[in-house]
This record gives sequence, C-alpha cells and structure tokens, in this order.
Amino acid sequence: MAENTSQPRRMNDDLITAHVGETGGLMRALNALQQHDGYIDAALVPKLAKAFNITKAEVKGVISFYDDFTKAPKGKHVIRICQAEACQAVGSRGLTAAAIEKLGIGLGETTPDGRVTVEAVYCLGLCASGPAAMVDGQLKGRVSAHLFDAYAEEGEA
Amino acid sequence: MTKIYVPLDSSAVAMGADEVAAKIEAITGIAPVRNGSRGMAWLEPLVEVETPKGRVAYGPVTLDDVAGLIRDGMMEGRAHALCHGLTEELPFLARQERLTFARCGITNPLSMDEYASHGGLDGIQKAIGMSAEAICDEVMTSGLRGRGGAAFPAGIKWNTVRGADADQKYIVCNADEGDSGTFADRMIMEGDPLLLIEGMAIAGLGTGATKGYIYLRSEYPVAKRVLTAAIDRAYWKGLLGNDVLGSGKAFHLEVFMGAGAYICGEETSLLESLEGKRGQVRAKPPLPALEGLMAKPTLVHNVISLCAVPTILAKGGEFYRDHGMGRSTGTMPFQIAGNVACGGLVEKAFGVTLGELVNGFGGGTRSGRPIKAAQVGGPLGAYIPLDKFDMPMDYETFAKIGAGVGHGGIVVFDDTADMAEQAKYAFDFCAHESCGKCTPCRIGAVRGSEEMAKLIAGGDATTHLTLVEDLCEVMEDGSLCAMGGMTPVPVKSALDYFPEDFLKGDKG
Ligand SMILES: Cc1cc2nc3c(=O)[nH]c(=O)nc-3n(C[C@H](O)[C@H](O)[C@H](O)COP(=O)(O)O)c2cc1C
Ligand code: SF4
Repeated sequence: MAENTSQPRRMNDDLITAHVGETGGLMRALNALQQHDGYIDAALVPKLAKAFNITKAEVKGVISFYDDFTKAPKGKHVIRICQAEACQAVGSRGLTAAAIEKLGIGLGETTPDGRVTVEAVYCLGLCASGPAAMVDGQLKGRVSAHLFDAYAEEGEA
Repeated sequence: MTKIYVPLDSSAVAMGADEVAAKIEAITGIAPVRNGSRGMAWLEPLVEVETPKGRVAYGPVTLDDVAGLIRDGMMEGRAHALCHGLTEELPFLARQERLTFARCGITNPLSMDEYASHGGLDGIQKAIGMSAEAICDEVMTSGLRGRGGAAFPAGIKWNTVRGADADQKYIVCNADEGDSGTFADRMIMEGDPLLLIEGMAIAGLGTGATKGYIYLRSEYPVAKRVLTAAIDRAYWKGLLGNDVLGSGKAFHLEVFMGAGAYICGEETSLLESLEGKRGQVRAKPPLPALEGLMAKPTLVHNVISLCAVPTILAKGGEFYRDHGMGRSTGTMPFQIAGNVACGGLVEKAFGVTLGELVNGFGGGTRSGRPIKAAQVGGPLGAYIPLDKFDMPMDYETFAKIGAGVGHGGIVVFDDTADMAEQAKYAFDFCAHESCGKCTPCRIGAVRGSEEMAKLIAGGDATTHLTLVEDLCEVMEDGSLCAMGGMTPVPVKSALDYFPEDFLKGDKG
C-alpha cells in the first residue's frame, strides 16, 4: 500500500518528470503513480498533460483504457481472482461466487470499511495450477474458498 | 556441499516455493538454487537434489513436508512417498524434444557462466561472424513461423526490416501473453531469460536494429524481476551494450510494463501502448516492419519466436526445419492447462496429436471425469471435441477445420462444462477487451453476449441463435483485427460441436 510520505506532491512530481522524454513516458509515469499512490489522482491530470505536452482529454483517455489504472484507492487488501478459461475449467466461477458471498461485495468492489477489494483478472499465467488468484501481489495456485475466510472474519470481529 | 534446487517460477511460487526454499535453508544451512521450472506444474514446488547419479526430484513439496523430507534423507536423494527418482527419467520430460526449453529448470536463470556452459551464446557467437543477410537467410531456412498466434514466416519479416532504410530500427518482444491457457513466455522469461536476450540481440544483428523493448504484461511480476536482473547481467557481461560481445555493434534492451489490456498483445496496439498511448489497433498497412515504433522499422516478435533463434543460429536453420511436419517446422512449447491431471509445458515437434498431449502427457482430467473438449489457441481458439483429438498439432490441419494452434495453449474441460456458457464468455471477453475502434467488435460482442444470456435463461433457441450467427458473420467480415474477427471461432465451434448445450432452454 501507498505510504503517506511527508512530501507526497513533490514525490508525484518526480514520478512524472522522471519519465518525460522517454519512449512511452506517459505509460511509465502512470504505472509509477498507480504503484506509489494505489490510484491515479484526477488532480494530477493537468500536470501529466503539461509534462507530456498533450491534452487533458488524451491523458484521461489513456488512464481509462487500461484496467490497471484506477481512479480511486483500493482496499487495504486486494484479491484478484482469475476469470479466464483455464481457471473456469477448474471452478473459478464457483470460487468467485464464494468470494462474493463471504465478503458481501461484487467483483470490482471494495468493502465499506475499505479493507478488501475483489477484482477480476484475466490470466496470471498459472493455467495448469488453477484456479489462480493474486492477493496483495502474491500469486496463489489451486485456490479454494478458504482463502477468503481470513478476510471475511476480520470484518466481523 | 549438496546442491538443491527450488524453482522461482510463478507456478512454483504460487504453491509456496518461496516458503519451502526458506525452510530448507533454515534447517540445512544451504541456500537452494532458485531455478526455472521443469514445466510439471502438478509437481510444483518440485525440489531437486543433486546426487552422484543425477538430480533427484521431490514434489509437490509443501512447507509441512520439508522437515520430514530432510529427516528421511532427501539431501542424499533417498526414497520417499514424494520422491519421483531422477528428474531426467520422468516420462513427462524424457518424451519431450526440448530445443528452446533445453536449459529451463536446469541452470540458474541468472548465471551467465552456466548459460554459456550449457550451449548458451553459441548462436550469437556464430551470428557475429555472419553478415546480416546470412543471419536472415538462416532464419528463413528454418521455416520458423511466429509463435504469437498469426504464424507468419519470421524470415520474411526479418528481411523486410533489414532492407528498410532508416536511422533507427527496433526489436520489440511481445511478452503480453494474454491467452488463457498459455504460460510458455512466462516460463522461459523466468527460467532462461538470457535466451530471450540472446535471441533479441541476434535479431538486432540480423536487421540492423540497435534498440529493443520487451513489452511485458503487468500480471507477471516474477518475470519482471528476473528479466530485469538478467538484463543487468547481460550488460555487465557485454551481451548488451555499445559493443555486443566484441562485434562492434550496439544493442540496448529494456523491459516496458503493460497495464492490464489484452488487446495490447495485438502488435500495433502494443506499439501504441509502448508509445504511451491508448492501445488502439492501427490499420495495416503500413506494416510495423516498415513503420512500427515511432514510425521506424520494427521487428515485433513473440517471446518464443525470439527464443527459437539462438538454436537456429547455433545448429543451423536446416536442423530446426528437420523437426515438425509440412509447413509447421520446428518445435512448439505446448501448454496443457485447465482441468488436467498433469498440466504443464510439453515442447514437441509439430505433428504430435492433441490426444497425445492431453491424455499421453496430461493424463486426462484432474477431476477424474470424462473430457468434453479442449480449447486450443487461447480465447480466440476453437473448442475441439474428443472425437477430433487425433488431429496432429499443425497449423494447416487446424486451419482446415477453422481452428488455430495459436500460441500453443490447450485448455481441457470435463463433461460438466456448459458450452453455451463458454460461448457467452467469448463474447463477454471480447466486449471487455475490445479496443473500440470498429463497430462490429465493440457493439457486436455486447449484442452477442446479450443474446447468449437470453438463450441461457431459457429463451427461444432459434431466435437467439439466428442472431448470434448473424453477429458472428458481421464480426468476421467487418473487424479490423483478430479480436473481433476471431471471437466467432470459439462461439461457432461450441455451437457446431455441442449443439445440445444450446438447446437446453427449449427442452426444459
Ligand atoms: C487480440 C490479439 C491478441 C494478441 N496477443 C498476443 C500476445 O499476447 N502475444 C503475442 O506474441 N502475440 C499476440 N498477438 C499476435 C500479434 O499481433 C503478432 O502477430 C505477434 O506479436 C507477432 O509475433 P510473431 O510473429 O513472433 O508471432 C495477438 C493478436 C491479436 C489479434
Ligand atoms: S476488432 Fe476489436 S480490438 Fe480489433 S481493432 Fe476492431 S474494435 Fe479494436
């Protein structure tokens, strides 16, 4: 998760300017911002536009095109469950339904307390070890519904 | 000191390999070598111990097994319920023809010395002594066709880029591997990253390109880490830089991260993305080989295509061409995935049958239930029924029935699969991933999904299927790229081979 640095603005400026002039600089800057902040702050759009010498609309167009770039912060924990064919063949539909039931939120949603986000992901390259998931950046193979218990219980406590 | 191996491959890490490696080190004081995967996913984490007879395999090893294994003599290669004997003698491996994956799982992925002592760098050493034209000829002779899905002859593309006159040319490696059921790119990037670097450097020598990018999907964090470290090593050892291994030619390489868009696997969309834009597909012509990245001549290749190149240069195009069948020359790393007992990677010459891969290597379904179908070639590939499993894996054989080999992914489904649901998913996926440039794809996919939903909910099959078939025709004929153009492939194969799954609503 993103830490609150003492000078967050300054840091974001650096993440942007570091990539000006590079091939695909805007993508690099957006990836860096998403990683650092956990989302792309809309307030940064004018800065990005200026830095890369394109319109604000173009910046927004790029942000909205890619699934990885989000407009709001995610939960403290992020669970991504593979929805693609190889995982479907070993029960990812049921697994996803179990996650939704246990956590009380749908795919792409965050629990009201901001603790857990559940997302769809389309292939983690673990297609012979499915169903697959990624929890806070950690890969998980042959996942069962028990994976979600810890996150569900924490909420009830 | 005993050498012990615990893979760093994602498929091993996802089953606890990092924890297993740490525990082995804590107990024995020996830090395991973090190798690539041997490609036997059902045995991961596969721990190997070096013995005088060879490497002995144990797997799948969980954290709870470690102490017991060590107590029972794993470090001496002793028998155990989890012991499979010598790794090399495991039938799954012994029956393969590993050219590209020859080193994967055997060497330390980040050791240039081990790479070189196992045949690495032979290809580029030869290439350095050859003219660019001769390098391209060798690739042409090999008959290598693009492994990313379109199967276009590589040699033709190399010659086009070589012949283009420009102040700057690029090699772009397509490591977006978005097809479900495929992981060969990931496995080689994690298990033998120097091979990809060597292949790209050779491509630079053959075409006159001095700069390369690996466009890597963000879902592959382990590959990112390993590749980045391998590129550092390669610079350090002179395989990359201003003077590649004393050739006097420059080649620079870096990893560029995608951001979760399947369509960015399509080469022109990828180039847009690499330029920092929306990954919108470009109309062709101009061909990327003439006007690609930043409008400069660009050789775009899949990871596996580039990884075949060092072998082709080292052993000759004819050696490579002598594998395979017909116009499908060489080997293919087939990936057996989904509901399969022994899933993983099988590198074989083209011509091996689908059934041999799924049953002979894969051992049937993991669930133990009968097989219903296998989807071959990713989300844009056909669902192949059991009675066609005697088909050889060959581009032309598959094309004849409107299917494709694609990137070599095989996803096995048992008899509980509902092909109407799978057809709906094909539309859903297209709707989600469409770049939005053309209407048949953007709107057609959404309409297709709606019609399938109505049919599945019990609507009149004839009405909805007529519309679905119409939509498929429009998408096939009117889409700019294969995303929209080939989404009908899985839909129509499901419908053709499993019509009963689409008529349930009518009956009930
Ligand atoms: C929707 C779509 C997705 C694709 N995804 C990939 C991919 O993930 N990896 C890849 O190498 N090629 C992919 N391709 C094929 C590329 O457009 C291109 O043919 C390939 O990168 C060329 O390299 P090759 O000749 O080595 O196969 C895709 C094509 C389409 C239409
Ligand atoms: S077919 Fe789909 S993905 Fe391809 S260019 Fe058209 S809208 Fe984009």
